[in-house]
Amino acid sequence: MKYITEFRSSELGEGLISRIQQRSKTPTRFMEFCGGHTVTIFRYGIRQLLPPTIEMVSGPGCPICVTANADLDKAIALSQMPGVIITTFGDMLKVPGSRSSLEKARASGAEVQTVYSTMDALDIAEANRGKSVVFLGIGFETTAPTIAASILQAEERGIKNYHVLSLHKVCPPVIKALLDSGEVELGGLVCPGHVSTIIGSHPWEFIAQEYGIPCVISGFEPLDVLQCVKMLTEQVEKGESRVEIAYKRGVRPEGNIMALELMERVFEPSPARWRGMGEIAGSGLKIRSEYQRFDAEANFDIKTAPAVEHKGCICGDILRGVKAPADCKLFGKACTPENPVGPCMVSAEGSCSAYYLYGDGHGG
Amino acid sequence: MCLAIPALITSIEDKEAEVEIGGISRRISLWLTPEARVGDYVLVHTGYAINVLDQERAEETLEILREIAEGVED
Repeated sequence: MKYITEFRSSELGEGLISRIQQRSKTPTRFMEFCGGHTVTIFRYGIRQLLPPTIEMVSGPGCPICVTANADLDKAIALSQMPGVIITTFGDMLKVPGSRSSLEKARASGAEVQTVYSTMDALDIAEANRGKSVVFLGIGFETTAPTIAASILQAEERGIKNYHVLSLHKVCPPVIKALLDSGEVELGGLVCPGHVSTIIGSHPWEFIAQEYGIPCVISGFEPLDVLQCVKMLTEQVEKGESRVEIAYKRGVRPEGNIMALELMERVFEPSPARWRGMGEIAGSGLKIRSEYQRFDAEANFDIKTAPAVEHKGCICGDILRGVKAPADCKLFGKACTPENPVGPCMVSAEGSCSAYYLYGDGHGG
Repeated sequence: MCLAIPALITSIEDKEAEVEIGGISRRISLWLTPEARVGDYVLVHTGYAINVLDQERAEETLEILREIAEGVED
């Protein structure tokens, strides 16, 4: 068992597709919340293989895409401060804020280093004791525990010049906000696999129970997604709405207790700004006062000019699932992966990037 | 961004492990999965194991997939 190739069998895939085609009678719309699922769906041409009764829409599950310009501006402003080294996951470099990007800031002299892990950021801090190393904490529940662990490690190792700009977001509240807006009607939700590895299946229950929407937690290989679509279709045809785990090898109903504990120890819920959706209560994670010395917001006087949006960019509408990349006038013209205007074109998991690289999913 | 990759643990030292991902060896943190043992497959996200993969569940799922594909489920 290697946990990858087994879940890419084309023979099983064909079988699953024909069962979905046979079973699906009721026209419905499923949202894949997570950008990782969007990539699998596009890479393997899954949209074209599904029956016309099933429409797939992409959701806001791309942490880079949903980071608001005002928050990106803070990161860029921090990079301009003397004695500050910004450490970040590589995807963040090209994302344009209101007036610049970290990549441009670096080109004009700011110290910005991309890292694979917060462990690397800690090593950079240890090797540069005379400077302040700020890690850009961007990510959902999958990533937040790793950043909580880095703060606890900094404490353990006595690294005092390590700080985190906590822009983390949690997923269930944004789905609630999306459903409450009434803008998108959903017949089923493909729940994010690795977010659920951490939080388990219980935090999704309210969607099935209060909104009557079937929820299935999916893995990221093509067979995982097809199994999930098959399970959602079953629920739709039977008129049921439950939370099911298709990704059983990676998700336990209770989640990862240790990761949840570390997250709880370091962070507390806070409001957070989402691109296209504004501020959503309880959807962010703030560093607790006990760990304030590691909090970049508390230790630096970050000043930014009011945020401005990119003219013509409809990333916000795309993230809410109300518009598709092809509806954007900039798509593929003024906005490409080489010269992105909006974050959905920058991130490898952004909808625009997936549409650009793999076509529009309907033969485009 | 929530990408996590299966990796085989080849050695453990304190809270860190050596893993093999597609033939390449890498050092990861076990802060979030203290239960992980040598020989386990873990899901690795940004240098941290976030879960020990459950082989029994994986085999069960493959069996279910075969049954669905062959139309012999339920």
